[in-house]
Amino acid sequence: MAENQFFVDSDKLSEEALAHKHLLENDPSCRTNHMEYMEGMEQIHSDIMEKVLKEMDSYDYNSYTARDVQNALEHETCSIQDFKALLSPAAEPFLERMAQRAKTETSKHFGNTVYLFTPLYIANYCENYCVYCGFNCYNDIHRKKLSYEEIEHEMKVIADSGIEEILMLTGESRAQSDVTYIGEACKLASRYFRNVGLEIYPVNSDEYRYLHECGADYVTVFQETYDSDKYETLHLMGHKRVFPYRFEAQERALMGGMRGVGFSALLGLSDFHKDALATALHVYYLQRKYPQAEYSLSCPRLRPIINNEKINPLDVHERQLCQILCAYRIFLPYVGITVSSREQKHFRDGIVKIAATKISAGVSTGIGDHESKYTGKETGDSGDEQFEISDGRSFNEMYSDMENEGLQPVLNDYVYV
Amino acid sequence: MVHINGKDVDAAGKTLKTYLAENDYEEGTFVVECNEEIIHREDYADYVLKDKDVIEIVQFMGGGSTDTTKERTDNMSNDTFTLGGKEFSSRFILGSGKYSMELIKAAVENAKAEIITLAVRRTNTRKKENILDFIPDNVTLLPNTSGARDAKEAVRIAHMARELGCGNFIKVEIMKDSKYLLPDNVETVKATEILATEGFVVLPYMYPDLYTARDLVNAGAAAVMPLASPIGSNKGLATKDFIQILIDEIDLPVIVDAGIGRPSQACEAMEIGAAAVMANTAIATAGDVPAMAGAFKAAIEAGRSAYLAGLGRVLERGASASDPLTGFLRD
Repeated sequence: MAENQFFVDSDKLSEEALAHKHLLENDPSCRTNHMEYMEGMEQIHSDIMEKVLKEMDSYDYNSYTARDVQNALEHETCSIQDFKALLSPAAEPFLERMAQRAKTETSKHFGNTVYLFTPLYIANYCENYCVYCGFNCYNDIHRKKLSYEEIEHEMKVIADSGIEEILMLTGESRAQSDVTYIGEACKLASRYFRNVGLEIYPVNSDEYRYLHECGADYVTVFQETYDSDKYETLHLMGHKRVFPYRFEAQERALMGGMRGVGFSALLGLSDFHKDALATALHVYYLQRKYPQAEYSLSCPRLRPIINNEKINPLDVHERQLCQILCAYRIFLPYVGITVSSREQKHFRDGIVKIAATKISAGVSTGIGDHESKYTGKETGDSGDEQFEISDGRSFNEMYSDMENEGLQPVLNDYVYV
Repeated sequence: MVHINGKDVDAAGKTLKTYLAENDYEEGTFVVECNEEIIHREDYADYVLKDKDVIEIVQFMGGGSTDTTKERTDNMSNDTFTLGGKEFSSRFILGSGKYSMELIKAAVENAKAEIITLAVRRTNTRKKENILDFIPDNVTLLPNTSGARDAKEAVRIAHMARELGCGNFIKVEIMKDSKYLLPDNVETVKATEILATEGFVVLPYMYPDLYTARDLVNAGAAAVMPLASPIGSNKGLATKDFIQILIDEIDLPVIVDAGIGRPSQACEAMEIGAAAVMANTAIATAGDVPAMAGAFKAAIEAGRSAYLAGLGRVLERGASASDPLTGFLRD
């Protein structure tokens, strides 16, 4: 299988830093044990990870036949076995039928609604070396952390555009963007938006509780890949390297009182059949343990980043992505599915009619550049972007495009209690 | 006067042992409770009956309020299910109420049942027959708490059942409505929690409600036993969609209990994924009891086989002639 070439050296790194980077990249023995919790990381002794990984390890997707796929499509309730068939290569010729079934399930649970939101990156400092990410600590990008005044200014600009739901993101640096900083940002956000979500570094359950009290109610954490051996080769340094602590983030968030949690693998990093299976089972088993919570899935594919425009999602083409999303919808008909601006307009317009229930609009993955992006007005210093987006439609464009597609845009459907 | 099984008896001053001997109680078939406390067998000689003592002497009897059917799968020798660490290959749980004694044995044998439910009742001084003599040895006894109207009473009955010495299985049945005999889910959860903590293998009879089922899981139940329709109604799977939800969502065996009136209904319960079926009235009141027990056995096996085989297509949902949904895909 083809692989991405992730390693890029910046000439701005000191000789010492460069040597350490190369050591991490080339000598696995100098990397820490990725299955071991670091100091300060809460251990919740959950059984979910074991269940998910066990199913994933035993998943032989080449063993499924067309007959298995047809049976799965006939069943009223999609079992784990059925879901495995739908994710398998044997299901590829049935994509249109899967889409029909997925559409039926989506409309049963969500009608013709589509939720709109926007992400807001407030800082891009990062302490991790994740080789595929634009924010990684060895990547030569312009770093920035917004002040509270700047955050509020960004929020005003975004809220004025009509958006009511916000997803706040940071790079993963506790030192630069501590929990109090994020909490203050949540307090500001709850003044400008009806619904506040977070996509930040994983924290302990008491910190999730604090952030919930500050106004956040949804937490998204991407596991990136559920193959822990592969994970180890991609996350070479930093807190993010600890696989189980990240895996348990959603459960800690629910223990901390959050209403909803989001999940995903980053497609293109590893074997997508197995990663898609594990992602959905992560939701499935947690839902059984925490039935009161709301669950959502995303489906990001690898994108080019600053200083490495060759990064791509390998064998996860649009057809495979569509298959994964249809399988998710049939297996987990009640979950929200978000499709981000990593995907192009034609894909997003098509998938919201089949399986997706939420899309972003007016997106920037940079830091502090909403005013210039929304109005064209130069506003000076801003931080670099995490990845290149593929769909730059503004909120207004998206709203009218969705209406023209026969869908009902919804800006929030939420109550904070 | 001593109040024994509801009657005033002039027995004050006698030891319990003397009273029991005088009244022909056969050792090992009954349990004595005095003022709501069980008196163990070895203490009978020491206990002197006092004026105003309230004594209950109980034994197992056929019945309880529910029908139970359990299914068996001879042709699928590896297909078993587990309750309280015990493995069962028959998925037909038989209730023992409403039978004449001589028919019980034939029913159990034809049903190939491995579990049979029993009620705890005051001893009957006129008829000396013991239901246990009519039940084959290898059958697991599942005493129920029928007669209990709240958790406290159910716990008392469970204690008496355990004292009768037939293991630690208990089916919790709590009804506060004598018209429909519907189970009280709230009290059932309470009783389940207490009894599971005390080490019982608890099988609660319940109205099929998802939240209650989850509470029962957390309370330590070994299975859940949702009703198909009101007890004895023979109306079949009136609650099918809700039982299906329990089967899909609950990680315990779901045993369909009560209201199953025909073998075809038992079969359907198994087809949708029930772990077992319990039946009583449908068999006990049949024209030919042993034959009906056999018919239920066959139906339950057929339903289980169908479930394991995976139900096939029902009907094509109607062709869709609209534009393909996936026409937009590129690369």
